[in-house]
Amino acid sequence: MKKSQSIPWRIGIVLVICLMTMMIISFFYTPFGPNEMNTGSRLEAPSFSHPFGTDNFGRDILSRVMQGAQTAFLIGTSSVFIGLMFGFILGASAGYFGGWVDEIIMRFIDAMLAFPGILLAIMLISVFEPGLKNTIIAIGIMSVPGFTRIIRSSFIQYKTYDFVKASVAKGAGALRIIYHHILPNAFSPILVAATLSFSGAILGESGLSYLGLGVQPPDPSWGRMLKEAQPFIVTAPWYVIIVGVIITMMVLGFNLLGDGIRDKQDTKA
Amino acid sequence: MKKKLFIAFLLVFVIAFVLVGCSNSQNEEGKDANAAKPETKEATGSSVVRIAMSTEIDNLDPYKSAATDTGSMMDNVFDGLLDTNPKGELVGAIAKSYDISEDGLTYTFTLNEGVQFHDGSELTSEDVVASYETLAGMNGGEPIVAEFAVIDSIEAPSDYEVIFHLKEKNSAFLAANIVAIVPSDYEEQSSKPIGAGPFKFEAYKVGQELRLVKNENYYNHEKIPQIDEVQFKIMPDQESSVLAMQAGEIDVLPGVTQQGLTQLGDSINTVSGPQNMVQLLALNNDVEPYSDLKVRQAINLAIDKDTIIDTVSEGNGTKLGSNFSPAMEFYYEPGLEDYYATNIEKAKSLLAEAGYNDGFQMELTVPSDYQFHVDTAQVIAEQLSQVGIDVEIKMIEFSTWLEDVYQNEQYDTTIIGFTGKLDPYKILRRYVNDYERNFVNYDNEAYDELIDQALRATDEKDIAAHYKEAQRLLTEDAVSVFISDPDRTIAMSNHLEGLNMYPIQKFNLEDLHYTE
Repeated sequence: MKKSQSIPWRIGIVLVICLMTMMIISFFYTPFGPNEMNTGSRLEAPSFSHPFGTDNFGRDILSRVMQGAQTAFLIGTSSVFIGLMFGFILGASAGYFGGWVDEIIMRFIDAMLAFPGILLAIMLISVFEPGLKNTIIAIGIMSVPGFTRIIRSSFIQYKTYDFVKASVAKGAGALRIIYHHILPNAFSPILVAATLSFSGAILGESGLSYLGLGVQPPDPSWGRMLKEAQPFIVTAPWYVIIVGVIITMMVLGFNLLGDGIRDKQDTKA
Repeated sequence: MKKKLFIAFLLVFVIAFVLVGCSNSQNEEGKDANAAKPETKEATGSSVVRIAMSTEIDNLDPYKSAATDTGSMMDNVFDGLLDTNPKGELVGAIAKSYDISEDGLTYTFTLNEGVQFHDGSELTSEDVVASYETLAGMNGGEPIVAEFAVIDSIEAPSDYEVIFHLKEKNSAFLAANIVAIVPSDYEEQSSKPIGAGPFKFEAYKVGQELRLVKNENYYNHEKIPQIDEVQFKIMPDQESSVLAMQAGEIDVLPGVTQQGLTQLGDSINTVSGPQNMVQLLALNNDVEPYSDLKVRQAINLAIDKDTIIDTVSEGNGTKLGSNFSPAMEFYYEPGLEDYYATNIEKAKSLLAEAGYNDGFQMELTVPSDYQFHVDTAQVIAEQLSQVGIDVEIKMIEFSTWLEDVYQNEQYDTTIIGFTGKLDPYKILRRYVNDYERNFVNYDNEAYDELIDQALRATDEKDIAAHYKEAQRLLTEDAVSVFISDPDRTIAMSNHLEGLNMYPIQKFNLEDLHYTE
């Protein structure tokens, strides 16, 4: 593997590890209480005591960004999990069984794809009520079609391989073939899709929270912070810039990571 | 592939920096444009004032429109029998004087002579009678103005005299007479409205602008507008209207935030003051634990209103103690705002007495469309956590709020602002037990009695005394947490001045004039 190819992947790793460390530290320590208001120090520029400055309620932005990382990772992980679980069931059945099963599942997925993801999420959240749990479910459902299609295509590909035919000949059941023979081989595209979908989930959450539909105040979420920073874009530009850069770092980190994993697989194949 | 990503990444950053750079240079450009303003005005010959409005017009017909903003724009086209001055006192408009009979059942209005509608026809008692018959629902249908349901009959003994006979005494009747008078036989108010106000309707483009021109024949000669033409531009986004003002595309911005003011710097003149609004943390008195007076008092003691005003309104607000704003000076009971001075210890002991040693969970429903209320909710959540009350903020859309909270009363606590009314009865009626919109569910016979007495009284002083007493009751019973009356600030380019603040959302453009 050429060295130049691995640089983006290394940057991705570094970004993700940095943010993850920040998230882990926030469980034990934040410089200030994330919701602690100090009206005496509103909209302060970055300084030694507040490295990222303070917001319009005098809350420490660094502490809120750290706490917000928990929300981001929680939403990323759990919505990818939901998407992966349903995507696997649907994609594996469609790909492996083919025929009318495939037809029904894929038309259903097409119908879901017909709606832009975020619109679907907004619709779901308006029907139920906004909050962390429903945000996760909505973003999870939003990512089901993507997973289904990727998993289906690798199942269609591997289904025709000789080792699968051999197991069929030996009398192995469908479930056994799906889990023991095809899944391990389809692992790498799934991993790539999962990593990329993680960053998609974080963007989705930021978008929903920005619209006021995601995480509810006063709990910090990066999207909400962006929304709250907006009126102060001229008077306190660091607020919106810092939050924007953090979201960019997170999304970029996971994108680079996903790309890197895919490239590594490519060279191996 | 990776190269592309990197370029994309770089681009995002470059764009971000360019944008940040832009906002600074725009600042200076904006100032330059403003400095050049007076010249452009002279160059064009006629004076046009452009005003940003954030909401769309719902109906041009004053009898069919319900939106407050539409009302404040179209108020310049229509005049009523009476009008209000900046202090909230009633003054004559189309009617030059009025007389109330001893028993308070007969109101006689004498009209100004020579008042013309914009189409040139003269306004006589016939038009007034026709307008009021529609408003009071006397031609069938519901009354448009609820206060006019009390009208028994209307008489017009001469062209310039109208007499109203009421079914019963009602002190709220008089203030309702600011409603527009329209020509009796004109049916196109919704497309080309005609009134007798200081401005004439010129054109309306849906979603874009409403144009009004000066009424040269306005009956009140002292108040013939200086401005030739007014263009209301529909601009829903607050930040973009600030930018438009900076760029000199807008001359007047009603309702600008502190942030907007900082941005506009000294290129503008401003007027600001209380807007007769009451922002409150409404506690549903029918729901545990808010049915307990001690709990309500504890919540009042734990909330520091000054902090809310300092952060959420950035210092531009008036602290309240009851459901009444000092903007209505005559009826305002002063001294209630510090009735519950912040005292965490006392709040805790009150909670303990009520049996909530460990505090409780509070569900706070907030309409998500109003960042102002959402911000307030965050501060309140932080403040109440000090006494062990764990606030869970639940944001819902305003339309859902209207249905669930305001109509069906399905809530524990909520934050909302009541907009100003000219008549104290309309403001304080909200807490009368059998009023259908008493969504706080306050139930106190003494209060209902006071409001009823005020309605039946004829002497101004008696009326005010009853209303003041009622305000005190609301505070003593800690019905809700009455937070503040946030200031409204109107920004005008520095070549304009003269607009006034009124206790109702009113935008009297005949006051506007050029600086010397």
